[in-house]
Amino acid sequence: MTMDAFTTFVISKYNYWAVVVLIMIGLYAMIAKQNLVKKIIGMNIFQTAIILFYVSSGAKSGGATIPIILNAHGEDGIPVRAMDYINPLPHVLMLTAIVVSVATLGVALSLVLKIYNQYGTLEEDEIRLKIQKEAYKSLH
Amino acid sequence: MKILALVSILLCGGVLLYVTDYFPVWGDPASPASLHISPHYIQGSLKDTAVPNIVTAVLADYRGYDTMFETSVILAAGIACFFILRVSSNRRPDAKLYRHIPTGITLRIEKGGREPLGSTEFERIDFDWVPYDLIINMTCRLVVPFIQLFALYVIAHGHHSPGGGFQGGVIFGAAIILFAIANNLRQTVQMMSEKISALLSAFGVIVYVGTGAVCLMLGGNFLDYAALSPVLGVDAVHARSLGIFIVEMGVGIAVTAVMVWIYYNLSSAGRQDEGL
Repeated sequence: MTMDAFTTFVISKYNYWAVVVLIMIGLYAMIAKQNLVKKIIGMNIFQTAIILFYVSSGAKSGGATIPIILNAHGEDGIPVRAMDYINPLPHVLMLTAIVVSVATLGVALSLVLKIYNQYGTLEEDEIRLKIQKEAYKSLH
Repeated sequence: MKILALVSILLCGGVLLYVTDYFPVWGDPASPASLHISPHYIQGSLKDTAVPNIVTAVLADYRGYDTMFETSVILAAGIACFFILRVSSNRRPDAKLYRHIPTGITLRIEKGGREPLGSTEFERIDFDWVPYDLIINMTCRLVVPFIQLFALYVIAHGHHSPGGGFQGGVIFGAAIILFAIANNLRQTVQMMSEKISALLSAFGVIVYVGTGAVCLMLGGNFLDYAALSPVLGVDAVHARSLGIFIVEMGVGIAVTAVMVWIYYNLSSAGRQDEGL
């Protein structure tokens, strides 16, 4: 790999590297961890990675600023050019996604609370063992 | 098992990184996401809605349906937490702790014992509660009104600066949750009862949907705020700006109430008696 190819693949696309690393951390926590709270934390890291992906896709280099129009109620006649403002659409979509992720976090935590009250543990394998024991008892 | 998970995740990450070869570079002004429809929003939003903040204009006007259903999702999450966790408050706890304020002595009153109800010398405290931290109480008492004021500013100034109903609502809810953490849950529930928070969260959604329905009755499309101009007494463009503000207020009320409601149920495991 030449230096030029390395530059385009890694340095000019470092936002995707950050996103992929966060996705991998979140997925690993969701798959490999036994504790349910750690799984929820992994789910949140995953959501954060997706939010970062969307927001970073809206960035524009070359002097673009945040999507709030300058001098909006001042001098008339200044044309609004699309290249002067970063893409507002990913911000809109992720704004609602953040709040929905908080809401799903609330529901997930309440389910975990209920599971803890029922089984006295949050470790997945212990919960499975207790469920199997109860099923065995009810059979015999 | 863990090795298997690690290998599959590394494979997955490798595939994702391989695909980034086809993706636009960081900050590319000519990336596909920035070419299709976003120039239309950037150049048209000020003319259409008189709102300088493009995010607010797109959120509450161009994509009004999306935001309306997001607000309903939040309401649904609050209701789901309620139905999963809430237990009857008639089930009394086995014992209660009361502190005699002048002497600092704590009394444990078993079930069936006589409680010092109505006495100003006693206050009920939680089992896992460290009593009376003057610094935390005073700091929160000073800080909470300013956080609430800032939340209202964030909602009201969402047209001109980063902000809006979602952000302001979360800040307002955080102020109430801070009060609940600094004092105790019972005191907070007395000030803003569960019934009020549930009704407010539904009311916020109704404000949003009702604005759309009024537009429909005045002859426009659903959530087309330009139809409100004869009622508000302004031209169509400024009617859109004011319509966005009404809708953002609804979102703010709904988000605040749902955050507080979820906190009440989560922190006390649905008993709403002894909690964080």
